[in-house]
Amino acid sequence: MEIFLRFLEVLISGLLSGVMYSLVALGFVLIYKASGVFNFAQGAMVFFAALTTVGVTEKFGVPLWVAIPIAIVIMALLGLAIEKFVLRPLVNQPDITLFMATIGLTFFIEGLAQLVWGSTVRPLELGIPDVPIEWLLDKAGMFISFFDLVAAGICAVLVTALVLLFNKTKIGRALRAVADDHQAALSVGIPLHHVWGIVWAVAGFIALVAGLLWGSRNGVQFALTFVALKALPVLILGGFTSVPGAIVGGLIIGATEKLAEVYIGPLVGGGIEGWFPYVLALLFLLVRPEGLFGEKIIRRI
Amino acid sequence: MTDARKIGDVILKVDNISLRFGGVKALTDISFDVREHEIRAIIGPNGAGKSSMLNVINGVYTPQEGTITFHGEVRQDMDTHQAAENGIARTFQNIALFTGMTVLDNIMTGRNLKIKSTFIEQAFWFGRARREEIENRKKVEEIIDFLQLQSVRKTPVARLPYGIKKRVELARALAAEPTMLLLDEPMAGMNVEEKQDMCRFVLDTNDQFGTTIVLIEHDMGVVMDISDRVVVLDYGKKIGDGTPNEVRNNPDVIKAYLGAH
Repeated sequence: MEIFLRFLEVLISGLLSGVMYSLVALGFVLIYKASGVFNFAQGAMVFFAALTTVGVTEKFGVPLWVAIPIAIVIMALLGLAIEKFVLRPLVNQPDITLFMATIGLTFFIEGLAQLVWGSTVRPLELGIPDVPIEWLLDKAGMFISFFDLVAAGICAVLVTALVLLFNKTKIGRALRAVADDHQAALSVGIPLHHVWGIVWAVAGFIALVAGLLWGSRNGVQFALTFVALKALPVLILGGFTSVPGAIVGGLIIGATEKLAEVYIGPLVGGGIEGWFPYVLALLFLLVRPEGLFGEKIIRRI
Repeated sequence: MTDARKIGDVILKVDNISLRFGGVKALTDISFDVREHEIRAIIGPNGAGKSSMLNVINGVYTPQEGTITFHGEVRQDMDTHQAAENGIARTFQNIALFTGMTVLDNIMTGRNLKIKSTFIEQAFWFGRARREEIENRKKVEEIIDFLQLQSVRKTPVARLPYGIKKRVELARALAAEPTMLLLDEPMAGMNVEEKQDMCRFVLDTNDQFGTTIVLIEHDMGVVMDISDRVVVLDYGKKIGDGTPNEVRNNPDVIKAYLGAH
């Protein structure tokens, strides 16, 4: 029983931290679905969003519940600006050109964030206590963080909204069309710039949510940009084009890395958590390159 | 062609269009008009500027000089999105379909502009969203029947053979219920049988829906058979304009196609 409860505790806390990976991965999926491009700048956007929220509270002395809406507006504007000044001039260019543009964007956003708000590490207090849930601790002796549970709840709401947006609305179909062929999308009257504007603004919003949750856990610092790297194995597992894939991928990565750390870690001297997801992703690539839920690539030869 | 089909007034007029790419003159001082319900062909040897002309009408390229008059409205250039809103649909020389989607979904994208409900209504499937989706699906099924695509309805486009892909592209264009259809080499690369099918579909479209058609074609035989009037371009200049018979006997046209003797 003891062993089973311990396993359950590791599994649950793994799944819950996996949700946080999913959140970052979602931002990638959104942009990838709409433009067929891996948005290298997503990590920088997470960093920028968190730093902006903290920066606004510091500079103007406003409480968090005022700073967050301001940050939402700033992220939406940033998204729209990226569409207008970076993507719009690149319509009809090959995907690799767009990808390179997002790399350039990464450095620009990182630089901008630190230029405006400074580069010191700052705490972010969301008012959600990161303490074990007492009830579970008493009844089963399990350490499950209340913070993780709230994060999972927020994530669930976001995902539901995104799934509805993609699968049920005209914007969803338009997004898939735009990702496939810009010129053809324009010819059937899909307002390309409008669609991209919406997507980047929403991606900015997701980056904000991820930035706030990660920032309050690890402190708001440059290292937040590396959280995005953890989203990579998530995307490989789940598929770059699938919203549910990002969730399931995040859960698998979160759970397996924690389980590996606890059960395999001692055998090889620990420190497994850092690289295990990438090995898993590599193995997965060999078996199912399009991911669990990704679109199968079909080609006539 | 049936006698019932009546050719109406001029709906599209291009005047003195010139288009340059840097130092390359793609089009020089081109003027012609298109009448309602007619099938108007643009022909010419390779590199004559046919596709450029179509792209100017569709708003992909902005000409340096000249005006485009569509339904009485004079424009310097046409915006692609505007063109779609104004009832101009098109197909592409190198098929531009959404390859990851099924035939049905591809054709549904053609109905994009017909959807007026908000995304909230669509997400929760109430209000106008439901009625619209049913209407749109009905229209799309009609087009699928019309172009005989029933058997591949649910097939992802990437799996289809070339000739069928071309037909799906036509279906997507028709889904928008356009008043004018721009076809960029609809029969290029097809075998005789596929060409015959496509000819029939183009004629039927024109006949049943009264759609005005501007088409570019390489195959002279096809053009002379189905068009009402023909514009001939060579090196970006207009060298002939008239009925197939007039064009066929035009010495400049003969020269352009057969080379100087």
